[in-house]
Amino acid sequence: MLFYALKRLIYVLPVAFGVSVVCFLLVHITPGDPLTAVLPVDASAELQAQMRAIYGFDKPLPVQYVIWLGKVLTGDLGTSIATGRAVLTEVSRAVGNTLILSAVATIIGFFLGCLFGFVAGYYRDSAMDRLASTLSVLGVSVPHYWLGMVMVIIFSVQLNWLPATGAGPGGSAEWAWDWDHIRHLILPAVTMSVIPMGVIARTVRALVAEILSQDFILALAAKGLTDRGIFIHVVKNAAPTALAVMGLQLGYLLGGSILIETVFSWPGTGFLLNAAIFQRDLPLLQGTILVLAMFFVLLNLLVDVMQTALDPRIQRG
Amino acid sequence: MIQKKLSSRLFSMLTITAFAGFAAGSALAQGTLRIGMTASDIPLTTGQTDNGGEGMRFMGYTVYDSLINWDLSSADKPSDLTPGLAESWSVDPADKTRWTFKLRQGVKFHDGSEWTAEVAVWNFEKLLNKDAPQFDPRQSAQGRSRIPSVASYKAVDKYTLEIITKSPDATLPYQLAWIMFSSKAQWEKLKSWDEFAKTPSGTGPWKLAAFVPRERAELVPNPDYWDKKRVPKLDKMVLIPLPEPNARVAALRSGQVDWIEAPAPDTIPSLKSSGFTIVTNAYPHNWTWHLSRAEGSPWNDIRIRKAANLAVDREGMKELLSGMMIPAEGFFPPGHQWFGNPSFKLKYDPAEALKLMKEAGYGPDKPLKTKVLISPSGSGQMLPLPMNEFVQQNLAEIGLQVDFEVVEWNTLINIWRAGAKHESSRGGTAMNYSYFIQDPFTGVIRHLQCNLAPPAGTNWGHYCDPEMDKLFDQVRTTFDPAEQTKVIQKVHEKYVDDAIFLMITHDVNPRAMTSKVKGFVQAQNWFQDFSPITMAN
Repeated sequence: MLFYALKRLIYVLPVAFGVSVVCFLLVHITPGDPLTAVLPVDASAELQAQMRAIYGFDKPLPVQYVIWLGKVLTGDLGTSIATGRAVLTEVSRAVGNTLILSAVATIIGFFLGCLFGFVAGYYRDSAMDRLASTLSVLGVSVPHYWLGMVMVIIFSVQLNWLPATGAGPGGSAEWAWDWDHIRHLILPAVTMSVIPMGVIARTVRALVAEILSQDFILALAAKGLTDRGIFIHVVKNAAPTALAVMGLQLGYLLGGSILIETVFSWPGTGFLLNAAIFQRDLPLLQGTILVLAMFFVLLNLLVDVMQTALDPRIQRG
Repeated sequence: MIQKKLSSRLFSMLTITAFAGFAAGSALAQGTLRIGMTASDIPLTTGQTDNGGEGMRFMGYTVYDSLINWDLSSADKPSDLTPGLAESWSVDPADKTRWTFKLRQGVKFHDGSEWTAEVAVWNFEKLLNKDAPQFDPRQSAQGRSRIPSVASYKAVDKYTLEIITKSPDATLPYQLAWIMFSSKAQWEKLKSWDEFAKTPSGTGPWKLAAFVPRERAELVPNPDYWDKKRVPKLDKMVLIPLPEPNARVAALRSGQVDWIEAPAPDTIPSLKSSGFTIVTNAYPHNWTWHLSRAEGSPWNDIRIRKAANLAVDREGMKELLSGMMIPAEGFFPPGHQWFGNPSFKLKYDPAEALKLMKEAGYGPDKPLKTKVLISPSGSGQMLPLPMNEFVQQNLAEIGLQVDFEVVEWNTLINIWRAGAKHESSRGGTAMNYSYFIQDPFTGVIRHLQCNLAPPAGTNWGHYCDPEMDKLFDQVRTTFDPAEQTKVIQKVHEKYVDDAIFLMITHDVNPRAMTSKVKGFVQAQNWFQDFSPITMAN
């Protein structure tokens, strides 16, 4: 097992290298001048050249890549051109905020998804099933940003119940799990939860329907098992798949949703990426994408290793 | 059946999802003004700000001062310069490159250190001397291009500063109004601009009290500000970056902020009907088509330039923008001190436009086809797509058939820097570009001076007219302000009479605020004074 884990870890290295090359190149081949963020629009050609030299953009691309990679390997993701702040600090802060948002969204999504899925699975082809299925289809189909705006119009503008933007009265630096902050989280988290809710509901519905149709359920009932006991068996059989889907959804949400975080001005990775894209802030863009991409690579590694621990047949394969 | 019996458990789970009632938002302390900015980050706090005019408005003229400030006290007349950290200034009559600035005495930075000529020199070094320990590339990038005339500087005595310019240049005071002065003592204590950014120290009427990057900045009054008339009346001013226009409006409507910058024109009628105040005023901004004068450009024919200017229905466009524009009568807004008295009147006269096009050999039956570069969005670009389509329709009616090349805003800026002859301009003969026109250089000189054609400068259209260059020289060498104004008026008259641009409109700088905000005077300027504002109960 340990050998397998080490082997998988070694496989991560070329993937990480590939990720770093793609991150670096993708950002550099996009149109626009990275110095747009720091120079006034009418800056002279001489000043542009001087700034290009100061930031190292006058060097050939491979040289820039090697310098950048060298710094990344020592934990230095560089400095944001637009703000002068360390990219690592900016990304860490944003990842923390996105983690809060996506974790809450995933919990809401998982809970509602399971609920709708079980209801639809137990009452297959009934009005209840159709209602639950419609809600789950809506969840995966409705555009996030549209739903976010509608939620803002209803709950912030019309009813004035919840704030429309931001991460709390003092910003995310003073985040606490109190009502003043949680009320800022509700609208973006609920908006973000609709996709995992839809996906999980559809998965659970199919699972429950399939489990209920299996002979062992009938056998359990025939043996005199209580309803509660049967329910637990259904849950146990559906849980691994539902949890796997939830894990996958959490992974997606951790990537940050540019649209939701922009609509709600939630200071996470999506909001940061949006700002970096519009400011052509290359070091920030590279750093954020790299951290998120590496997060996925490591999450995959973790899932692989855990699956192998649960099912040794994978290791043999 | 098993399914029915299990239903009660499932319904019990439903109850957990029930939402609790939500309490209404808690009110902030009285005297706190919360502003939703259009910037996506808090502007650079070290002195020389980023984020263009908005950065200077909120983090420049609030926390810092310049040698020469803008007088932002009046909404009725265009703003002019006023003494700031310099009480007076003069140019040597014998050597017009030698300027002397008498500095204001007794001014303290927020950290308590004193403002002196030595500190002024230290600040110039921060921007212009790469080898100085306090040199800051970020501030230099923002400030250096604002003072192209400055050749050298020295402290003559504790309160006298001397600046030598590269050549006689009467526009120096306008250039210096861009330069913000940071505390030398605070930087020497912290030894880093990154640290300085967290606890900045200027001489301005506001102090930065708290700062969360990309989220909020809190400014509190500086009770010791040297100009007692401008000591802020508020307890606190909170700046919140809200780059998304709908998020800004939602934040205002939900009571999260008291004031937003630049509400979208289509939201203004509903904001007004909901009791919000919309404040607008003329300011030195214009929205034009910058015309190429490169060889082969159809705009080299004055008849076509004038015809286009007469074909645009500016009042019609005003309706399109819910009234949020001032129809252009020239390159400067009507009533501006540099407007002068041009003889060519920018009116909607399609018949005269058709006549001019016919004289030039074109008309609806024999259209002139050309390509224009536009952007789908951008700072100061207002609503570029519908506005440009409106102009396109107007021009089509007189036989000027325009095809648009739509490029992203930052790409358009790069094309603007590269010039109309550059391949990146893709054969475009005009470019829709909005201009900051606050001082003589940004207002008139940079667009048209012969030696500022790209790559040397931003004369995108490669316009060159010795007569205009002569006027620009006069602007630079006329040191009496009243006489200088007369020369700039002549320049503007030539701008309009020669129809050098397709002059379409000026933005009105709309802001939306709750009725609690009192005492704000919207100056005819890109910058504003927040000191007189109070919040009603």
